[in-house]
Amino acid sequence: MNGPHDLGGQMGFGLITPEGESAALFHSEWEARALALTLCAGALGRWTLDESRHARESLPPAVYYGSSYYEIWIRGLESLLTKHGLISAEELATGQAAEAMAHPRRLAPDAVGPALARGGPTDRPLQDAPRFRPGDKVRAKVMHPRGHTRLPRYVRGAVGVIEADHGGHVFPDTNAHGQGEAPQRLYTVVFDGRALWGDDAESGLQVSVDAWESYLDPA
Amino acid sequence: MPHDHSDHDNHLDPIEARVRALETILTRKGLVDPAAMDRIIETYSEDVGPKNGAQVVARAWAEPDFADWLAQDATAAITSMGFSGRQGEHMQAVFNTDGVHNLVVCTLCSCYPWPVLGLPPTWYKSPEYRSRAVYEPRAVLAEFGVTLREGQQVRVWDSTAELRYLVIPQRPAGSDGLSQAQLAELVTRDSMIGAGLAQVPT
Repeated sequence: MNGPHDLGGQMGFGLITPEGESAALFHSEWEARALALTLCAGALGRWTLDESRHARESLPPAVYYGSSYYEIWIRGLESLLTKHGLISAEELATGQAAEAMAHPRRLAPDAVGPALARGGPTDRPLQDAPRFRPGDKVRAKVMHPRGHTRLPRYVRGAVGVIEADHGGHVFPDTNAHGQGEAPQRLYTVVFDGRALWGDDAESGLQVSVDAWESYLDPA
Repeated sequence: MPHDHSDHDNHLDPIEARVRALETILTRKGLVDPAAMDRIIETYSEDVGPKNGAQVVARAWAEPDFADWLAQDATAAITSMGFSGRQGEHMQAVFNTDGVHNLVVCTLCSCYPWPVLGLPPTWYKSPEYRSRAVYEPRAVLAEFGVTLREGQQVRVWDSTAELRYLVIPQRPAGSDGLSQAQLAELVTRDSMIGAGLAQVPT
């Protein structure tokens, strides 16, 4: 979707505020709790990482831009929890909930280490031969799907070169919507700065994205 | 902290109250164990951070065979040092050279190699960085105090899939004869994102 998250090349946000290497990762205790809540709720297995990204980018633009990073996470999490029936809108509104037995997949403290170590690899075997080879010229499709996609707007329609073939990976555009992993081949595609930004490009710039096969056409 | 609202039942910031309410609901419903939350926060506050990545870089500087392995199969090379897992399942190391400076961003969200760098700093997740890194990286680098050599190209890696990128900064002049532990001290977090350079030994 052409959501507020798709920020590459947007203007007007201002200067970057670098932080020292020793600056605190969490600026308040609630940020740490927001991160941990999101990971624990994700461990219940009711949604994928792709769906959780889609929940965040589906926030109304004014809300997204008006929220701090972990506030976006919490709003996304609330939406996932209610959508999947784990909590009700009333519970969320009142902050009250009846006590219940532990969920069979509730993440236990001793399971945290193994779960983080396991992660969630997305590589999958593929039967089909690659459609593109390193060195091939490709055009990123012009597309404006209403659902989740990982092809940023700033590369759509631009011609680049295949640099690497990473084999099969879970396809976010289906996986985010409960339509299965439908793995596709993933490539690194490099664009010259001028192919993306025309005369406004900085000199000597190359930008790459990682793009699934169906995002690309031969050029 | 001054309050400009009159709700005396609640002395928390609205977002603080919101997170606390959600934690309470999820705990009461048996969905979340607060002790597991504590464990996650401890892990990323104390155990996992850029010191891991600095060890990888120092070893790449000191051992050419390891650098080759890192270039060919970063996931295996980094896993062999004990750094793997969530948000580092598929790794790629990108090496700065005299000709090319690498910079990593995630324009669509905040993808970042957790096992080697920990959680991302706030600027990395900000709209300011995400919008500008792919469009005017030299201007961005200047805000970090980094001036590139004349003619040095910039390569920006937008992390749009589950590949996670670790920049291997150039080994600084004057670092001959240092141990790997001493070399690792020169490797900053920002240098492994590409928003900085390795420190020059004093």
